[in-house]
Amino acid sequence: MSSATVERHDAAHSDTPILTLDDVGKSYGNVHALRGVSLNVRQGEVTCVLGDNGAGKSTLIKIISGLHEHTDGTMTLDGVECRFPSPRAAQASGIATVYQDLALAPLMSVWRNFFLGNEIHKGLFRTLDIARMKRICDEELAKMGIIIPDLDRPVGGLSGGQRQCIAIARAIYFGARVIILDEPTAALGVKQSGVVLRYIVKARDAGLGVIFITHNPHHAHLVGNHFVILKLGRVVLDAHRDELTLEQLTTEMAGGQELAELSHELRGVDPGKVVTPAEVEHGQVEAPARPQEEEPSA
Amino acid sequence: MTATATEPGRAGATRDDRVASRSLAARLLSRPEVGSLIGAIVIFLLFMAVAVPFRNIANVGTILYGASTIGIMAVPVGLLMIGGEFDLSAGVAATTSGLSASLIAWNLGLNVWVGVILALVVSVAVGAFNGWLLFKTGLPSFLVTLGTFFILQGVNLGVTRLLTGNVATADISDMDGFVSAQKVFGSEITLGPVTLKVTVLYWVVLTLIAAYVLLRTRVGNWIFAVGGDSAAARAVGVPVKATKIGLFMAVGFCAWLSGMHLLFQFNTVQSGEGVGKEFIFIIAAVIGGCLLTGGYGSVIGASIGALIFGMTQLGINYAGWNPDWFKTFLGVMLLLATVVNVYVKLKADRR
Repeated sequence: MSSATVERHDAAHSDTPILTLDDVGKSYGNVHALRGVSLNVRQGEVTCVLGDNGAGKSTLIKIISGLHEHTDGTMTLDGVECRFPSPRAAQASGIATVYQDLALAPLMSVWRNFFLGNEIHKGLFRTLDIARMKRICDEELAKMGIIIPDLDRPVGGLSGGQRQCIAIARAIYFGARVIILDEPTAALGVKQSGVVLRYIVKARDAGLGVIFITHNPHHAHLVGNHFVILKLGRVVLDAHRDELTLEQLTTEMAGGQELAELSHELRGVDPGKVVTPAEVEHGQVEAPARPQEEEPSA
Repeated sequence: MTATATEPGRAGATRDDRVASRSLAARLLSRPEVGSLIGAIVIFLLFMAVAVPFRNIANVGTILYGASTIGIMAVPVGLLMIGGEFDLSAGVAATTSGLSASLIAWNLGLNVWVGVILALVVSVAVGAFNGWLLFKTGLPSFLVTLGTFFILQGVNLGVTRLLTGNVATADISDMDGFVSAQKVFGSEITLGPVTLKVTVLYWVVLTLIAAYVLLRTRVGNWIFAVGGDSAAARAVGVPVKATKIGLFMAVGFCAWLSGMHLLFQFNTVQSGEGVGKEFIFIIAAVIGGCLLTGGYGSVIGASIGALIFGMTQLGINYAGWNPDWFKTFLGVMLLLATVVNVYVKLKADRR
């Protein structure tokens, strides 16, 4: 492992953590997906979890959101040790998750998806309060900047960005203490990523503990208070934003030394021009500036 | 970092002008049961035109009776299909229920009602077993219930022959409690020229309750979700196992209701009965707009599917056609109904 600065930042400015993971690990048979992960989630803070593919980010959030139980270590919520046998148990403790696949049933309407598992009912026969649910759903979506004229429309017919917004709005509305976002910006365009990041800040200011999982250090650095980098199932960096610049974060994220080596190695290969771009006759569309896309084989 | 998040309130929200709101007609046409309703009207008009006895109001009771025996099972089977699962053992399970009640009461010399109650326990347990096995093995429900279908078929025949030396149960009409039980499960009401079996009442009540549960309660929301995407449903806190096992148990309950009718209508139950019925229930649900893949459908539709079945069954007789062709007719109708469903839905979604 690289020479990572494993430093603990003691919460000077914030109160005690809501959620603490201490030496948590998860093994699937003899595969150790996660080993010795310690993490503090504080109220009003955004904790960014970064890592490359296969670093164990998804396993980590699956433990916190109740999809999998951890096999080692302890997880404490408000100082009480806990484990979540199901996502329902995690939700009951005030932990809401925006999953990478969004967890929306495609054939169900917008409002039914929004309230799935948290339906509002009224009266003796526990009838669904559809009018109220639709109104809340409409309001919450409007806050995110989207209006869906027909909330009875099945979610499957909406755009990716709209679906993402529904999943995030749902988690923010129901997340009482902690909200986990798993790669919320991975599938989004620039503008909608901005909306999501703004929402992360908003949830933080509302006093929630936010766990933001991403592999984009630029997005993480914009909103994060605290950064944890995972690599091959272990924590390789745990630092407060005071201790890091974006460049350092990017470097650490990419594996520091490894990136330097890679860039050195690639610099030796002069891509050069293989063919000269065809001359474009005047009046036709200008050829865009051609990026160096030649194969980087040594 | 200073929070410079602008409040993205109503003002910032933009209506996407590519998405127009749909007209009322389009929304009505995209309901899952529309295809079956159109089908029912067409079948009704067809037999009104070609079959003279079909126009006789006194035959309404007979047609509804045929529809109700299918409908009582098509409703829970439809719910189960919306929940993403199949139950191929549903037809045989009804026979199992009738046999249990009869054999328990006769062989132990008990009041008929004791047999009826124990049969309910057996039926619901069979449903729960199907659901439990589904989660225990992780196999598709098609396979699991195909297994129970054969198991029950063998048990029905084997146990009946073991206890009675015969392939049918003994006549229990002279036993204690038979008269009152028959009133509940096999009586009929006369309304003017129409004689209605009590099963018609059960069918209508079951349809209304199931439609209410599906569309207006949280359990209904969960049924759609576990059928549409059970991983997503679990992730947001829906009790997936409980919902699905509950649906299998509902099928068990209705199998009991239909088994009791079988018993008290004929006083005796043939152990080989019920084979092949399971597909009729599934056909009714599919005609009613339930997707084979789950997550979409309607119990009202499934009931209309059962009504189509009842009308066709008797209509063919009334029209004087050769009843040998009934199954062929059914198959063609299944295909037509599915095509119409898909077509109507596509049209409505595009509006």
